[in-house]
Amino acid sequence: MEVYLIIVLVLMILGSLYSLNARDLLSAVVSYGIVGFGLVICFLLLQAPDLAIVQVLVEVITLIIMIAVIKNTTRKELFTGYDAKAFVSAIVAVIFTILFFYVFDKMTGVLTGFGQHLTRMSTAYLEGAGVTGSANLVTGVVFDFRAYDTLGEATVLFTAVVGVLTVLRLKGKKKGK
Amino acid sequence: MIVYILCFLLFLIGLYGVVVKRNLIKIIISLAIMEYSVNLFLIMVGYISAGQAPIINEEVSRTGPFVDPLPQAMILTAIVIGLATTSLLLAIAIRLYGKYGTFDIRKINHLKG
Repeated sequence: MEVYLIIVLVLMILGSLYSLNARDLLSAVVSYGIVGFGLVICFLLLQAPDLAIVQVLVEVITLIIMIAVIKNTTRKELFTGYDAKAFVSAIVAVIFTILFFYVFDKMTGVLTGFGQHLTRMSTAYLEGAGVTGSANLVTGVVFDFRAYDTLGEATVLFTAVVGVLTVLRLKGKKKGK
Repeated sequence: MIVYILCFLLFLIGLYGVVVKRNLIKIIISLAIMEYSVNLFLIMVGYISAGQAPIINEEVSRTGPFVDPLPQAMILTAIVIGLATTSLLLAIAIRLYGKYGTFDIRKINHLKG
């Protein structure tokens, strides 16, 4: 089980590396799809079928939007050389991230090994599964126990859609009116 | 533990792309890769060995070892919000291309005043 997960993760890493180094933006987007659909397989292996369904939908929509953007603009990658200054910045950023993660792990000490998770917080959700009347515990949490959170998510989605429509609006207000 | 390390490596690749790449589309792709790796990490933390998917039916006993449903519910929200932010970024990228004629962020430097 863990072996399959490692294989899929290595594939995802290779896809992301190719995606960042591709000369053509269209092939970069297509190999970015490897990462997204590999994530779907990871969710299925980790026993999260709801997330896998949502991730398939989201990934297809993201790829369609990205390919539409590239078809309407350009697909050439402009800068393929290497910049020493940017490399120094990247190395500093990576080192600091590793350091932060290491210190955080050492300080809190809550990160258990893979597969040895203790359900401290969600015991109440698991025991109260009959209260919601939902066979699926995830939808029980999303739509019953944490329904206000879902309302906030709908608000964020609405705001983002309004933002996209505002940015992409073709006609503006005429001056002087 | 090695799956945690590989997932963290995926996050670092996204971070490298955000810092080094000069193309706007590649920066958006790197941000999406970082977001995916964080989602995957949180789901991995909630996994329990030989656990079942948190769906109750007749054959599965109610006390069986389910995987943690709480991170799954939270990540379900985060995935959809990630789609919204990515589409907003792409809309802004289209408008920037229309104004400057390039995706190169070194040439998009007229944000003054």
